[in-house]
Amino acid sequence: MGSNNDFENALNALFTRVFGEKAKLEAFQRLSGGASQETWALSGSEQQVILRRSPGGTDAVVSSAAIGLAAEAKLIESAGAAGVPVPGVLHVLDDADGLGDGFLMSRVYGETIARPILRNDEFEAARSVLAAQCGAALADIHAISTDSVPSVLPLSDGLAQIEKYEEIYRSFDAPRPVFELTLQWLKANSSKPLPTVLVHGDFRLGNLMIDETGLVAVLDWELAHLGDPREDIAWICVNSWRFGQSQNRVGGFGDLADLLSVYNEKTGLSLTTKDIDWWEMLGSLKWGIMCMIMYEAYRSGADASVERAAIGRRVSETEMDLINLLEAAHA
Amino acid sequence: MHDQPSVPELVQAVKNFIDETASPNLKGHAAFHARVASNVLATVLRDLDQRPEAETSEKARLLALLSGPPEQSVEALNRELSAQIQSGAMTSETPGLLEHLKTTTMAQVEIDQPRYSGLEAAKS
Repeated sequence: MGSNNDFENALNALFTRVFGEKAKLEAFQRLSGGASQETWALSGSEQQVILRRSPGGTDAVVSSAAIGLAAEAKLIESAGAAGVPVPGVLHVLDDADGLGDGFLMSRVYGETIARPILRNDEFEAARSVLAAQCGAALADIHAISTDSVPSVLPLSDGLAQIEKYEEIYRSFDAPRPVFELTLQWLKANSSKPLPTVLVHGDFRLGNLMIDETGLVAVLDWELAHLGDPREDIAWICVNSWRFGQSQNRVGGFGDLADLLSVYNEKTGLSLTTKDIDWWEMLGSLKWGIMCMIMYEAYRSGADASVERAAIGRRVSETEMDLINLLEAAHA
Repeated sequence: MHDQPSVPELVQAVKNFIDETASPNLKGHAAFHARVASNVLATVLRDLDQRPEAETSEKARLLALLSGPPEQSVEALNRELSAQIQSGAMTSETPGLLEHLKTTTMAQVEIDQPRYSGLEAAKS
């Protein structure tokens, strides 16, 4: 792709195109996070915006599960219209921009990193309302008409996900008895799917913008799909996403009963904490197999970084959680 | 052959270099990777220390569960155990299975991530 200068020129042109002749780009900076996508903060005299685009401005979708940035932009707009807190989408990149796939959105401020959100005093009030706010946001996401979402969104319910992840796991030919037992247990104990909804697919700390008042924005919609609403509720309960604060089932900060009480009231469903157990187990299994996928990038030579090697040793944390969940299910 | 310094001593020396010399001079992504590298070396040290005994007792439990010939490797035994679970011959109700997997997993997490919250929960 082009040089740094080309990139800067393209950003300047983009700024003028979106905000008018008088708008001037004053600074731009790559933000950390997001291995599968680039996130840039752009500042003008009056504008603070975020550019999300595919790495190096390529057009290819990196992860097979990701829906692509144009679809992601469309979903964020639908979610905003449905009352979900999201950043405003200002412009979707096209060929004329010369920046690859991506979109421009308004910049929202707060914290996405779990550790300070769960531990720092300034977030104490936020923590006390966050479970209820998550319940409301999920209810609003799940209420979005599935007819209105981009057609690239795959349909993937619980059993389809077991099938998909089992296939990936078997392709590594590295048998792990705990995963075998979990796969068989989940298949033997599945419940009837609930009516299909739009599922965010990665609703957890890290992908939620939080400030002192609580939830500011739901980010990272690239794993959105159609499926079972319990998947989203359970994913934020997976112990790996409690970041050490296991006693609080929702994300390390809240009670599941608090989340469900708001969620049920808004959706008219009557989910209980027990209804989430099967899905939490599936979530831990999925995260374990995702760690295997990331380690595979190291083993195959595709990514030689120490980070990719190290994540292979996080598979055991999900085995531990699965054992704890299996034990609880048999108690 | 001699082992002065021993493998753990060598690994510890590299870890000290990363923590005390390299890391303070790194920024951003490189500093992050240095932290990961240091954690990896801590895992290596625990693995060197704890694996031999953990695998010996894992093997004894696997042989008791599967009652196969004792000359098989732990890897082959785990492969066989996985096949038995996949076929439905063994389930979560099979006496001793869940206990064995719990003991094995706890030993693994003691090496990989001794401060993991799920390990604490398993101990309680």
